[in-house]
Amino acid sequence: MSTDRPGPAVTEAQDEKPPTPARAGLNAKAGLGDRLFGGSARGAAVFILILMAAIAAFLIVQSVHAISADKVNFLTSFTWDPDGNTTNGVPTFGIAAIAWGTLITSVIGVLFGAPVAIGVALFITQYAPRKLGAILGYIVDLLAAVPSVVYGLWGLLVLVPHMGGISKLIEDVLGWIPMFKTNGTYGSSIFTAGVVLAIMILPIIAAIAREIYRQTPREQIEAAYALGATRWEVIRLAVLPYGRSGVTSAVILGFGRALGETIAVAMVLTQVPGLVTRILQPGGNTIAANIAVQFGEALTTGRQALIASGLILFLMTLIVNYAARLVVRRTGRAGA
Amino acid sequence: MSLTHTSPVRKAKNSVAWVLVAIAFVVAIIPLVSILWTVISRGAAAFNANFLTHSMRNVSEQDANGGAYHAILGTLEQVGIAAVITIPLALMVAIYLVEYGRGRLAQAVTFFVDVMMGLPSIVAGLFVLSFWILGLGFHASGFAASIALTILMLPIAVRSSEEMLKLVSPALREASYALGVSKWRTITKVVLPTALPGIVTGMMLGIARIVGETAPVLLLVGVTDSINANPFSNAQGSLPLFIFSESQNSVQTAINRGWAAALTLIILVMLLNLIARLIAWWKAPAAAR
Repeated sequence: MSTDRPGPAVTEAQDEKPPTPARAGLNAKAGLGDRLFGGSARGAAVFILILMAAIAAFLIVQSVHAISADKVNFLTSFTWDPDGNTTNGVPTFGIAAIAWGTLITSVIGVLFGAPVAIGVALFITQYAPRKLGAILGYIVDLLAAVPSVVYGLWGLLVLVPHMGGISKLIEDVLGWIPMFKTNGTYGSSIFTAGVVLAIMILPIIAAIAREIYRQTPREQIEAAYALGATRWEVIRLAVLPYGRSGVTSAVILGFGRALGETIAVAMVLTQVPGLVTRILQPGGNTIAANIAVQFGEALTTGRQALIASGLILFLMTLIVNYAARLVVRRTGRAGA
Repeated sequence: MSLTHTSPVRKAKNSVAWVLVAIAFVVAIIPLVSILWTVISRGAAAFNANFLTHSMRNVSEQDANGGAYHAILGTLEQVGIAAVITIPLALMVAIYLVEYGRGRLAQAVTFFVDVMMGLPSIVAGLFVLSFWILGLGFHASGFAASIALTILMLPIAVRSSEEMLKLVSPALREASYALGVSKWRTITKVVLPTALPGIVTGMMLGIARIVGETAPVLLLVGVTDSINANPFSNAQGSLPLFIFSESQNSVQTAINRGWAAALTLIILVMLLNLIARLIAWWKAPAAAR
């Protein structure tokens, strides 16, 4: 890259050819325009850092206000009543129940979404003819373009009525496990929210996995075929191992997206207070959906409490996204 | 692939894998088809000229008339402002990262752009709430939503512009320098025009992403059924939010409006995607794709 002028890149000048007198002459001419342009590019970059610092600072300040007003343990309490509607104005709220709901819905989303997404990526890259694969890839990308509020509307009005049958089937088979017992009603449950999340993260995982599987070295695939491997054995011996770290990272990224998904979950899930462990019957809550639904009636402490829960959500997604990068870095192979 | 000595077990495994993968693909396509089908078929019921040109002012929920004009106007203004702020800012950040940045600052910016990429949209909304509304004391407005949308579009726009600038051949830059052209004029006259189609595509896809954002808008635009063309004061409508609020109603006329609004939003998003891809396909140099 060109680094022929004083400024932030000057330390790398030795990477390039040594500056000749001619280039030095150019530098001398580098005038006001250059300095202004370089300066504003640098300014824009610095602005990103300021913005991130501001986001963290403002979220933390408001959260501290809320948490210091809280009369129960913020991290372990199951209730959410920051404006004290039922306690004569004493703020009592904690994120334990909604954090649990966030995790369980996202885990269900990944359990259903990831295998299907990997299947889709394999189908497009390994089974479908090249041209058809490109078209199919474009169709799956369309899923990613659908706004989440449309997923929510569809989930609420189309999927929820259809989830009764499958939920009942699961209860009939696995009902002896407490988690899968219900009170006889199904529909807008944690399970349904998880299925909606699965559909939403599917195109994200599929897009990254597709790019990685496509890069599998041709020689490895051909070598496997030459040894008489079937198509499945080629995938198992060459394609899957090549993509393991990248696809793992894609799945973790999808999990991170599911954690933060708000409006679709808010629309599909019937919110009930407290901890919900029965995933097939209506009820449950997530951090993000709780913010969307509670915000309308929230007063000052209520809003600050929601901001505090948002900060926790932000930390959760940060950790998850960092884990995704770590997986790629450890094996030294970048995905997508 | 018909190797004569392949054992039946291996053949069976191969077939099972093929069936499973094909099923995965079909399973993935079902929701897409179902969503598009229901949005189009149910949205068509209330989707007409009246819907696109009238607001919900003085329309009760069981009335069949009433429309999304206030919401469409609000969303276009909010997204427009966000785009006007984001595009130059993201472009300068990308130029910094590709053309100037090598040291600590560039590393930090790359890292934080990644962090912003994973920022849940509701958290962006909460930030604007705590900064603009609770902190500085402004009221809910379309502009507040624009700030949140800016934060959401920035990382997408920076990342895509960065990729496009990286694709510009160093030889072009060096040729320009060899003619004695200064660095900033090389960037504005040689590098940017070369990368422009790709950058425009990236920006359009970024806009398509934020058009449908509901969560941050829900916290920031306030509640109104009336047309408010001024994004800087008072509550303003929003198309995604309109879908959400109509869906919370159990009356069939409201649900119909919700589907029609969803159809409008899908058309808007798909148009943006289509234009973006057309630009990419039409302007792409033969070597690029």
